[in-house]
Order: sequence, then C-alpha cells, then structure tokens
Amino acid sequence: MDLLLDGFATALTPTNLLFAVIGVLLGTAVGVLPGIGPAMTVALLLPVTYSVEPSSALIMFAGIYYGGMYGGSTTSILLNTPGESSSVVTALEGNKMAKNGRAAQALATAAIGSFIAGTIGTVLLVILAPNIADLVVKLGAPSYFAIMLLALFAVTAVLGSSKLRGFVALFLGLAIGLIGTTTGQARLTFGEAKLADGIDIVIVAVAIFAIGEALWVAAHLRRKPLDIIPVGQPWMSKSDWGRSWKPWLRGTAFGFPFGALPAGGAEVPTFLSYITERRLTKHPEEFGKGAIEGVAGPEAANNASAAGTLVPLLAIGLPTTATAAVILVAMQNYGLQPGPQFLDANPKLVWGLLASLFIANTLLLVINLPLAPVWAKLLQIPRPYLYAGILFFASLGAYSVNFDAFDLALLGVIGVLGLAMRRFGLPVLPLIIGVILGPRIEDQLTQALAISQGDVATLWSEPVAVVVYIVMALLLVGTVVAGRRAGAVQPDPENQNKQEVSA
Amino acid sequence: MTIATEKTLAGPEPARSKVVDTAQYGLAAFLLVVGGVVLNDAAGLEKGFADQPVQPYAFGFVIGTVLVLLSVLLAVATWRGDVTEAEDGEDIDLTHGSDWATVAKLGVVFVIVVATISWLGWAIVGAFLFVGTARVLGSRTLILDIAIGTALSLLTWYGFYVGLGIPIPAGVLDGVL
Repeated sequence: MDLLLDGFATALTPTNLLFAVIGVLLGTAVGVLPGIGPAMTVALLLPVTYSVEPSSALIMFAGIYYGGMYGGSTTSILLNTPGESSSVVTALEGNKMAKNGRAAQALATAAIGSFIAGTIGTVLLVILAPNIADLVVKLGAPSYFAIMLLALFAVTAVLGSSKLRGFVALFLGLAIGLIGTTTGQARLTFGEAKLADGIDIVIVAVAIFAIGEALWVAAHLRRKPLDIIPVGQPWMSKSDWGRSWKPWLRGTAFGFPFGALPAGGAEVPTFLSYITERRLTKHPEEFGKGAIEGVAGPEAANNASAAGTLVPLLAIGLPTTATAAVILVAMQNYGLQPGPQFLDANPKLVWGLLASLFIANTLLLVINLPLAPVWAKLLQIPRPYLYAGILFFASLGAYSVNFDAFDLALLGVIGVLGLAMRRFGLPVLPLIIGVILGPRIEDQLTQALAISQGDVATLWSEPVAVVVYIVMALLLVGTVVAGRRAGAVQPDPENQNKQEVSA
Repeated sequence: MTIATEKTLAGPEPARSKVVDTAQYGLAAFLLVVGGVVLNDAAGLEKGFADQPVQPYAFGFVIGTVLVLLSVLLAVATWRGDVTEAEDGEDIDLTHGSDWATVAKLGVVFVIVVATISWLGWAIVGAFLFVGTARVLGSRTLILDIAIGTALSLLTWYGFYVGLGIPIPAGVLDGVL
C-alpha cells in the first residue's frame, strides 16, 4: 500500500500528469480515428524513448492503451465500422442504439463501463502482479522457455480464424528475429554490416502496423463518405443505469482473466460478454435493435482485458496483445526487461505506472464525457491527410532510429510485407511476437542446456514447465477437435466446380 | 454467391463454387524462398564454442524447415479452395477491386524519399513525402497540402531537435534551420 502511495507521488508530478493527459487524449483520438489503433500509435511514438524519462513515457503509453480501448467504441457506435477487433461486438448494439437516437446513452454507458472495468482491473493488477512476480522469480530457464513457447503457440493457434496463416506469420517473424549476430557470426545478414545488430524492432513494428495498414487502405480507399451519426452530450437515465451496472461488472469478470492469459486478448471476452447479456437480459426483444446491455458488457470487458494484459507483461515480460508487445519494445529500448525482478528493481517506475493507470482511467471519464461531440468531428478528417500523416510519422519514427536512409528502405520493404499480410489475411500479432520472443527463446534454451550441460531432460525438470507443456498439449487437442468439427460442417470442396480468381 | 472479382471474402456463408485464389501460390512461393534462404544461411554457419549447447544454426534449421513445410501446406490449402479473409476496416471498401496503381505511386514517392533524404534532409523530404502521398491519395488542394506538409516537417524537425534533444540531420539546409 505504501508502495502504491509512493507510486501516486510519482504519477502526480506535473510532468507525469501532463504525459498522462497527452496519452489519454492521443489514445482516445487514435481509437476514434480510422486506420490507427493503439499499437500503431505507441509504435509511432517509440522515438520519444530516446530522450523522455522512462516513467513519463510508460505513463503516456499506458494512457494511450486505455484511451485507445475506449476511443474504439465511439467509432463503433457512431459509424458501425469497428476499427479495432476489440470493438466489433460493441457495434452490434451500439450502432443500433445510435440509429434509434440513443447515441448519447450508448457513449455514456461505454465511458462509465470502461471507467469501472478499468479501475477494477487495475486494482486486480496491483494485487496480482507482485504476487505472480514472486512466484515467477523462482522459475529457472526451462520454465521460461516453456512459458514463452506457450505464448507463441497460444497467440498463433488460439486467436484468429486460420491456424495455418497464424503459423505462417509466426515463422516469418521468427525468421526476421534470426537476423543479427550469434556466437560471433553474422546470421542472415547477407553480408550487410548494418544488419549485424539485427533489424531494430521499432522499424519492424512501425512498418507492419503503420506502413502496411496505410498501403492496404490506399488500395481500397472508400470513395463515398461514411454516414456519421451526430451526437450531443452523453447522458443516461435512471433506467439506463439500472440496466448497465450488472453488465459492467460481468464484463469486467470476463475481460480481466482473458486479458491476463497468454492468448486471451479482448475479442473472446467481449463476445462472451455479449452472449451472456443477451441470455440474461430482461429486454430480449431489444437485442439486435439496440439494447444498452449489449454495449455496457462488451465495453467493460475490453477495458478490463487491457488491464489484465499488463499482468503477464509486468510480471513475466510476456506480451499478449499487439499494444503490449510494442510497450515491451519501449521498455527494452530503455534497457528494462520486465519480469519478476523488474518490480523489485524498479519500484518507483512500476508503482508510478500502476498509479498512473488509476489516473488515466479517471481522466478518460472526465475528458470523454464532455468531449464526445469533438471526438465525433475527428471522424470527418480528410482521408488523404490522415494517411499521408501516418506515412509521414512512420518514416520519421524509422529515420530517427539511426538517421540512416537504409532504415527507411527497410521500413518500405517490411511495409510491403505488412501490405501482403493484410491482402492474404495473415494476422499481425504472431509476427511481432515472433520477432520479439524468438531471440529470447533461443537465449533461454541455451541457458537451460548450458546449466544442464546439454542434457535435454532438463527442459521438463521443473514442475511449472511440465504444467505448461500439458496446457499446450490440451490446447493442441482442443484446436484439432474444434477444427475437425468445423471441417465436418463444411461441404466437401472437391466436388465443386473450379473458378479462377485473378489477383 | 458468385465471386469473380479479385477480392474474395469467404465470410460466414460458404462459397458455393470452388474458388482458387491464385495469388496465394505467390505467397507460398515466397515462403519457400524465405525458408530456403534461412536453411542455406544456417548451413553456412560454423559451430560455436565447444560447449555451446544450442548451435547458431539450430534455430535456423528449425525455422527454415517449418517455413518450407508451411509453404507446401499453404499451396495444398489453396489448391483445395482455401480463400483469404482480407482485413477489413473503417476506411476500407472491399466491395471494389484493389487499386494497386495507387499503391505503386506511393511506392514511387517513398523510393524518392529514401534516395534523397541523406542529401536534402528531413525538413524538405518530409514535406515532399506528405504532399506527394496526400496527392496520390486524392487530395486536390496543392497549396494547402504544401502548407501543411512544410509546417509538419518543420515542426517535427524543431520538435525533435529542441523538445526531445534528437538532432535529425538537416541535410542541405544545415545552417539554415
């Protein structure tokens, strides 16, 4: 508790408070803006890690994360075209509400639900992270190796619709991670001295998130303007409150644990929350036509999952979402390695960050309720400027790593890969996680086998490692069974006439 | 549901007829090439120290082999009628074909940026990047574009230099800025 109070002292200094406000505003803005999500924004802001204090930068990034989760809901409700996968479910009822003239109530329940879920989630994070770190600190290299394998496997095989494409993305990422120098030899550098230290992950992240997305949008730019539903000041009636508070709490209960799991993310809990609310509602006739429960629950779930994501990130150093992965990159830029020792070694930083999450949440509520009409205006920004701006800041971010045109060329090449990934439906997250975790998995394996003098049995010598392998086996069986079941429903493709598709 | 355009979306309803997304063979070929390059590179690496438990080529062999395997799996899946679920978004209209000409023009702008940045510096090239890409993407207000682009590149240059203490090379404008 004292640590948390000290944390508030860190977070409430004028500088850090300013960074929190900037983070929350930026996060909400990019959540609202089409084409940009929190992961891309943090990636574009990575250059600030070269000069801004670590605590300030991380406080800002956390604000962007929470703000982005909230901002996405505004777009879903007012536009019916969710940008972030975590707000797909919100659009189902939220946009219907807006069309019925209840946009203000939809935005209000989303904002207040996000605040409540985020606050509860952060409390759980404050309680859990140090305890988990205490457990994790006793683990050796074999357990780390197993946990990282599980993270790679889970992110790839459990999320996303196509496992094959997940693995393609993962192994492309691992291949990028191979580039560099190992035991004094250049690996996959093609004789290029500038690749000897590997490709800076800032460039990979910016290229895949920002350039790939901008190019993909450029190829499919919507030519007709979108219908935006005008909105006034968000507010809720007494009956709206009565119908919202239980979904908020249930959404939080779904969101947090899923966020904390290696393959949780926000998609599954928002969807579960929606189904639950539809089943439990006293107004089943409204579902599909704009039921407030269908906005309250999923919105709480996605903010709670954002808080949950920070548990494995801080306690183990494992990123489970794209935004968490980029925040991890930021920490590594500072020479910080999140994990069990991280909390003990940097108490000021960590507790300042945790305290700032409470502040970010409160700021979100205070800022977003009155500013909703302003955010809605952001949706009208001319698209050429929006995407030209994204390309501009992406290039600036990559160039500022080394001031080298070579980095910009790399940005372009990997950006084209990002474009191809969107064309072929390859998920982005496994690639980024592969680039980050690939080299660390190699380190942990080397360390484990060096201690055991090459005895492979050491890999399953720790109980945690054994448990993790069992979980992986169960996941594997589960996905195979689910795949079989889905395959059985589909008609046999062999007997159907062929049709060529040009691309 | 007949799909004849180049953008095919499987969607929740299964396509009636078998569709072969030929471009996916290209992706499979790309994976094969990457896998081959990784394997070839791994084969060229020397052993590390005598007691090195994980040799530098070990991960290369595993990753390269899996990439080759995935390439074969993807080719087979494509042949069996597996289609891409292309990514959707607020500003993305998948009902029309892909506009690769726009992407190519953006590529040209970007190549010019890469080629000239060391010489001209960020302030000029950044403004060119903004104006060029905005124009390619359909902006028709050249004067306004140039004004915004110049303001952005100068603001970021000074912002990085003064605010963040990151001295971005000024290029030909060295001494002017």
